[in-house]
Amino acid sequence: MAMTMTQKILANASNKAFVKSGDLIDVNLDLVLGNDITSPVAINEFNKIGINQVFDKNKIAIVPDHFTPNKDIKSAEQCKICREFARSMEIVNYFEIGQVGIEHALIPEKGLVVPGGVVIGADSHTCTYGALGAFSTGIGSTDMAAGMATGKAWFKVPEAIKFNLTGRLSKYVSGKDVILHIIGMIGVDGALYKSMEFTGTGISNLSMDDRFTMANMAIEAGAKNGIFPVDEKTLEYVKDHSSKPYKIFEADSDAKYCEIYNIDLSSIRPTVAFPHLPDNTRTIDQVGYIPIDQVVIGSCTNGRIEDLRAAASIFKGNKVHKNVRTIIFPATQRIYLEAIKEGLIEIFIEAGAAVSTPTCGPCLGGHMGVLAKGERCVSTTNRNFVGRMGHAESEVYLASPVVAAASAILGKISSPEEVIK
Amino acid sequence: MVGKVIKYGDNIDTDVIIPARYLNTSDPYELSLHCMEDIDKDFIKKVNKGDIIVGGKNFGCGSSREHAPIAIKASGISLVIAETFARIFFRNSINIGLPIIECAEAAKDINEGDELEIDTTKGEIINKTQEKSYQTSPFPPFMQDIINAGGLINKIEREANK
Repeated sequence: MAMTMTQKILANASNKAFVKSGDLIDVNLDLVLGNDITSPVAINEFNKIGINQVFDKNKIAIVPDHFTPNKDIKSAEQCKICREFARSMEIVNYFEIGQVGIEHALIPEKGLVVPGGVVIGADSHTCTYGALGAFSTGIGSTDMAAGMATGKAWFKVPEAIKFNLTGRLSKYVSGKDVILHIIGMIGVDGALYKSMEFTGTGISNLSMDDRFTMANMAIEAGAKNGIFPVDEKTLEYVKDHSSKPYKIFEADSDAKYCEIYNIDLSSIRPTVAFPHLPDNTRTIDQVGYIPIDQVVIGSCTNGRIEDLRAAASIFKGNKVHKNVRTIIFPATQRIYLEAIKEGLIEIFIEAGAAVSTPTCGPCLGGHMGVLAKGERCVSTTNRNFVGRMGHAESEVYLASPVVAAASAILGKISSPEEVIK
Repeated sequence: MVGKVIKYGDNIDTDVIIPARYLNTSDPYELSLHCMEDIDKDFIKKVNKGDIIVGGKNFGCGSSREHAPIAIKASGISLVIAETFARIFFRNSINIGLPIIECAEAAKDINEGDELEIDTTKGEIINKTQEKSYQTSPFPPFMQDIINAGGLINKIEREANK
């Protein structure tokens, strides 16, 4: 019987020759992940089990990235719980301030995920690692606790939607626009409980950073996971970042999909998601006049080096509009350092943008760029729900780094074509 | 189980169930004080122990924060009924022992303030106000085991001590 790519990985990880959608299976985990918000709850649950060690201290990652550097006493206490647990359990992959980055940029960079692996993370954007041809999905703190104790998680095998991508992206169009376009098409529950499998000849034209961005937002369509086939670009990335053994899985040619979408990448325009759902999308040509107060460039969605290069290409020689605050967050220390070496940080500061140490802070209205009542922000992040970045009456518009940069310069939601003529 | 309904629409996300600005604590009581604050300021004032939340499609979408079902449970809500649930919220609710029922027909029909009686063993929802009843499919045995054990951690603890 034929299987999708996700089903093959899940069959392998549950020691079965075959699984089908709807099967309930116990899966062996290669990595269990948590952050400073979700791990304290998981640690509390773990301690109730009454065992004194984790299943494998090499296969757990604790990444304090949300309210760090700590924004207040309460968040410092939460981080202290993470730190003390990591020390007492000798967790190898605990990342202290100074080494820490945004988890979904950091984990691949550190080579902790490879093709064919199975990862659960107590953070919904754990689906990012599907870009590497791994099965990865978000779960809650109790599942994290159970995973840390047993090295296993239960799953219902998902069916899949196939996105057959062809062609090549136009100038100023990126993976962010593709995934916003797709979410706009299928809706925020369009892939509920399902896999989103991206395939087709167009994949080879997408960079790894484009793929990370796309897989990252699979959850915004309700998906269990988003996944890309493994190709030369994937293997090159793996070679540069990891020495772990990997396994390549491919969907069977006769695998069954519940839906198939054909998308010509060259037809996609820069896309913006209006408040208050990621599926409320319009192309940049349909936006109209929307003045803004703040721009945020960064996050697990768009804080990687290509994103910073793209933003810098628009900011170079330009100034941030006087009515706009622009805050740029490289996603990891390595990305930050690379951006310094390439002169990108100089371009941002010359343009009048603030540059911050890696943190999730502003994306979830935590700290480092919270919005006041009535304020509007163009953000390269992933969610524009009511109150997501601050006051319940503030507004978030999701866009790519080049659209965010152009909007920062012109003080209204803008196409990069309006800046670079 | 009998309770009065507090009704919401589609795509109730975890950011409105419990805004991230309050996630610097994991204390259930503290979280409950801000439950639903960004879409329904009066929620915590009007909720009574045993009340039932009814939502539309994709209830609990967004973040994986378990603080969302924890806040709902700590506010006194006894059950959530929705047309559909987002998958992480669904898992988290089962794992922490917040009863949830997926029933599109009932979720559409039920109005704010209706009084419901739920028979969890039969999987029956009775709307006493509208005098209607709905049959839902029971949880698969695998999930029923977690529920019967009082949550995932209790189940693992029992298995570890066998």
